[in-house]
Amino acid sequence: MATESTNSETKDGAGRLVAYVLIGLAVIAFIAAYLDGYAGGLAIKPMDQFVISPLFGDGSVGIFTITNATLWMALSVLCVVALMVWGTRGRNVVPSRSQSMAELAYGFVRQMVEDVAGKDALPYFPYIFTLFLYILFANFLGLIPTSFTTTSHIAVTAVLAMAVFLTVTILGFVKNGVGFLSLFWVASAPLALRPVLAIIELISYFVRPVSHSIRLAGNVMAGHAVLKVFAGFAGALGLAGIAPIIGIVAIYGLEVLVAGIQAYVFTILTCVYLKDALHPHH
Amino acid sequence: MADESETTGGTEAAHGGLEAGLEVAIGTDRGATDGAGMPQLDFATFDNQVFWLVLTLLAIYFILSKIALPRISSVLAERQGTLTSDLAAAEDLKRQAADAEESYNAALANARAEAQRISQETRDEIQEQLQVEIDKADAEIGARAAEGEARILEIEAGALATAEEVARDVAIEIVKALAPGQDVDAAKVAAAVANRVRG
Repeated sequence: MATESTNSETKDGAGRLVAYVLIGLAVIAFIAAYLDGYAGGLAIKPMDQFVISPLFGDGSVGIFTITNATLWMALSVLCVVALMVWGTRGRNVVPSRSQSMAELAYGFVRQMVEDVAGKDALPYFPYIFTLFLYILFANFLGLIPTSFTTTSHIAVTAVLAMAVFLTVTILGFVKNGVGFLSLFWVASAPLALRPVLAIIELISYFVRPVSHSIRLAGNVMAGHAVLKVFAGFAGALGLAGIAPIIGIVAIYGLEVLVAGIQAYVFTILTCVYLKDALHPHH
Repeated sequence: MADESETTGGTEAAHGGLEAGLEVAIGTDRGATDGAGMPQLDFATFDNQVFWLVLTLLAIYFILSKIALPRISSVLAERQGTLTSDLAAAEDLKRQAADAEESYNAALANARAEAQRISQETRDEIQEQLQVEIDKADAEIGARAAEGEARILEIEAGALATAEEVARDVAIEIVKALAPGQDVDAAKVAAAVANRVRG
């Protein structure tokens, strides 16, 4: 009884500590925005948060330079390790809280792969789960004030989308041979329409990686830019800045939703594309 | 221009003119994006981002496929196994309970039948014994009654004989008293009395 109460107290304490840290970060962000607004009058620079700069020193950004993007990518790896490895360290039949969260994520994505792409897509589940966890944690880490959002960069999402596109295309040809091209030949349509449909299908197929990558980067970037614009107003307006701050709170809530939803959308589209590669016949 | 290259380059002042020129070019490029453009379109950082992203994805992939996913799937399989075996054990116990109840009921019915049989037997035995005793008692009563009857008859006979004797003696005396001096034939008197008494 006594140990249990102290245990819950320490958990309470940890929760309170996290709350204090979050409030502290918010205050720092607010002050930073405040000073930012005053320093340049009403010079709001919403895109500055996306600038990639070296973490150490002040040189140029080469290919191996450790930048802020590197730091936040490493932190997302750390989060994955924390949830999926450290969280499941007990290997309990009756799971702890963190283990049941890890199992939830596992079951969620695995079920998605199985439902959307079929049972024969399960060998690619680790690949899809990797994409999901990276995007999810990058999006959520980006919501910490003053952090850097790696998924707001088109270079990052383009690599993710091109990786999916190339994998799916190569897999389609390896599994089905030339039969993969039947994906573009709509057999259920009238014969006269089929060439036209084939062209449309072909175009839409090659647009896939573009929409796939820009959807994620665009959503994340837009949300963060809007937050920054509101923060700039809050800094410039002085006491009346309470109105933009309320706006920030509302938009922040929306961005939390967007962070989860975009990770989900990217993953489920990957599953849909994978289904086309494994079963190209309409 | 030369000033800027020295401030950004700093320690690289000793480098050749070509490198300093490159530094200036990159510096101005970054300066331009810092102002108005989108950092997302700053192609100079693309190779850097791609390199670290690929490293990140590989790291996550290997962590997941080598450690996390086998662990979670084994835990899930173990849980499934535990659930299945527990359910089977519960089913088994339920069947055992049903069996036990059945055998209990059978034993109960058996015991009841046995008890009935024993009580019936006991009753029969008691009845039998009772009958024997009653018969014995009846016989004794019969014997006693016969004995008593015999005695009564004997006493009656005795009393009759005594009465006859008394009557004879009295008759003889009466005759003597009525006819003094005369010879009394005792045998005749006795016969007459006997005749009278028995008649």
